[in-house]
Amino acid sequence: MSQPVWEVFRKERRGQPFEHAGSVVAPDADFAEAWAREQYGRRGESVALWLVPRDAIRDVEDWADEFDLKYRRVDGYSIKARLKEARERAGTAGPG
Amino acid sequence: MAAVEIPRDEQAFLEYVKSGGQVETTDPIPEDYRAKLIKFIEMHGNSELMGVLPEREWILRAPTLQRKLALTAKVQDEVGHAQLIYRVVEDLGKPREQCLADLVDGKAKFHNVFHYPTKTWGDVGVIAWLVDAAAIISQKALLKCSYAPYARIMKKICWEESFHILHGRDVILAMVTGTPEQFELVQEALDRWWGPLMQFHGNPIPKDEDPMYLWRIKSQGNEEARQQFLDGYVPQIRELGLTVPDPRLRKRDDGVWEYTEPDWAELKHVVTGHGPKTEERLAFRRRFLEQEQWVRDAVLAA
Amino acid sequence: MNEQALLGLADDELVLGWRDSEWTGIAPMLEEDVAFSSIAQNEIGHARAVYELIVGPEGDADALAFDRALSEYHCAPLVELHLLEWAHTIARRWLYEVADEIRITALKDDSDPAVAGLAAKIDREEAYHRMHAEMWHERLRDEPRFQKAVEELWPYALGILPAELRGELVARVGHADVDAIERETHTDELAPLWEEMTMVRRSAPAGAQW
Repeated sequence: MSQPVWEVFRKERRGQPFEHAGSVVAPDADFAEAWAREQYGRRGESVALWLVPRDAIRDVEDWADEFDLKYRRVDGYSIKARLKEARERAGTAGPG
Repeated sequence: MAAVEIPRDEQAFLEYVKSGGQVETTDPIPEDYRAKLIKFIEMHGNSELMGVLPEREWILRAPTLQRKLALTAKVQDEVGHAQLIYRVVEDLGKPREQCLADLVDGKAKFHNVFHYPTKTWGDVGVIAWLVDAAAIISQKALLKCSYAPYARIMKKICWEESFHILHGRDVILAMVTGTPEQFELVQEALDRWWGPLMQFHGNPIPKDEDPMYLWRIKSQGNEEARQQFLDGYVPQIRELGLTVPDPRLRKRDDGVWEYTEPDWAELKHVVTGHGPKTEERLAFRRRFLEQEQWVRDAVLAA
Repeated sequence: MNEQALLGLADDELVLGWRDSEWTGIAPMLEEDVAFSSIAQNEIGHARAVYELIVGPEGDADALAFDRALSEYHCAPLVELHLLEWAHTIARRWLYEVADEIRITALKDDSDPAVAGLAAKIDREEAYHRMHAEMWHERLRDEPRFQKAVEELWPYALGILPAELRGELVARVGHADVDAIERETHTDELAPLWEEMTMVRRSAPAGAQW
């Protein structure tokens, strides 16, 4: 693409993270700022913006998942059956 | 967890989007889907941009400072929407310059309502209240678009459109509680805009024959949208003492609205570039596009 | 500042805001269209604030803004000109912002605290207008049509300010001190603007709500 695209990230309220909001086509950071201020802030919807030239962004999208590394994920733990057994032993199992 | 595999086979892709799957700019998509997406989204962008022209005359004529500000802000939003939308089209592969060139050359379409004249301040109210209401119904049906970048901008667009309806309703209410002449202005504008409003959501092609629905670009059929509009807005119109200019309009016991069949031939005639104001507005846009080319050359040429 | 000069400020902002809002939908690029519209709205907002100050809390700022006869407006010729061409529009924006900054700075020291306070608020919002104008000025300063537009509009720009403040404008812009096109006579471009601006309002009896 020949036109310089600037990605706009906005922070909606103090304490919130920056979120990707969209993009503007601008020749430099000053124009990008002047234009993003209005496109993403004229109705008071942002307290801060980050403007980043699109080609400064490194896109990362895939991970290897060849071996079953369940222990690293929440779905790798199934405690229901054992918890039930433990409660029954302790006499603390509730009705049903 | 493995990344979601976007199906390469067109039929499997159809199933994928049908069950709510979304795609991003970098995902592989069928050519037919890409082409339809560009055409649909481009028409939306064109409509936002052309919609500015009937309204901007009235910015200059606004009868109070508050109305001037509110109307300017509304129209500013429409331009902002065009910017958001053309960016999406550009990332899909069609440059903005090409979209604008096709628009002014009459090669691309925009919604019927923006081919008609505005005649009075009554039109200002009716457009902001009812045309924007019809638009917001269509736009809400795009919030879950299978093409995620478009779905995301729809969120901002819908949020901003909600201000427009408030403004429109306020303009209307001031007039219907004003002088008898002002009330008449609203009724007369409604009489002229009802036809285009009824055509706005398109002819009642069944959902499962509508590619836009099948590809889950939109999540609502044309007739469904129209019924939703009537359900929401006919009561609002009538409670102000205004008359909807369709003697056959009525809500059946089963909840379905009956109405005089819109002139679908007229709709087709208008959107293919033969509306009362089409030529004039495209010429106006072309004039400024050409006149200010030097600015884009000076600023954007790196 | 006396009331006529205050009205002059408000009328300048009203008419320039009106002119700037003519660009809605047809600016050279969409991003600029959005930004420019905010500037136009701010100008109208400033006009409104000054009218409200003049009429007081029980007064009708809209009546002051719109219901005067043509000869009762005190805007300067610079803002009346119909300049629907980008080089001239930006030249005017830039010249106006430099002149207006000088005017507003003086107003921040006004003996009336309400006026001084309002001037400070306007000044803070104008900071963004100045950034915008400076940005375009930087980008276009070597463009012949921009230079030509600044030349043409320069005598009009001087007319924004009272005589005693013009030296400062000459120093900042760096153009020769020429005869200003003064505020007291309107150009013939104001009448059609006024016609269009007031046509809806005049179509109903005075006091009709809109």
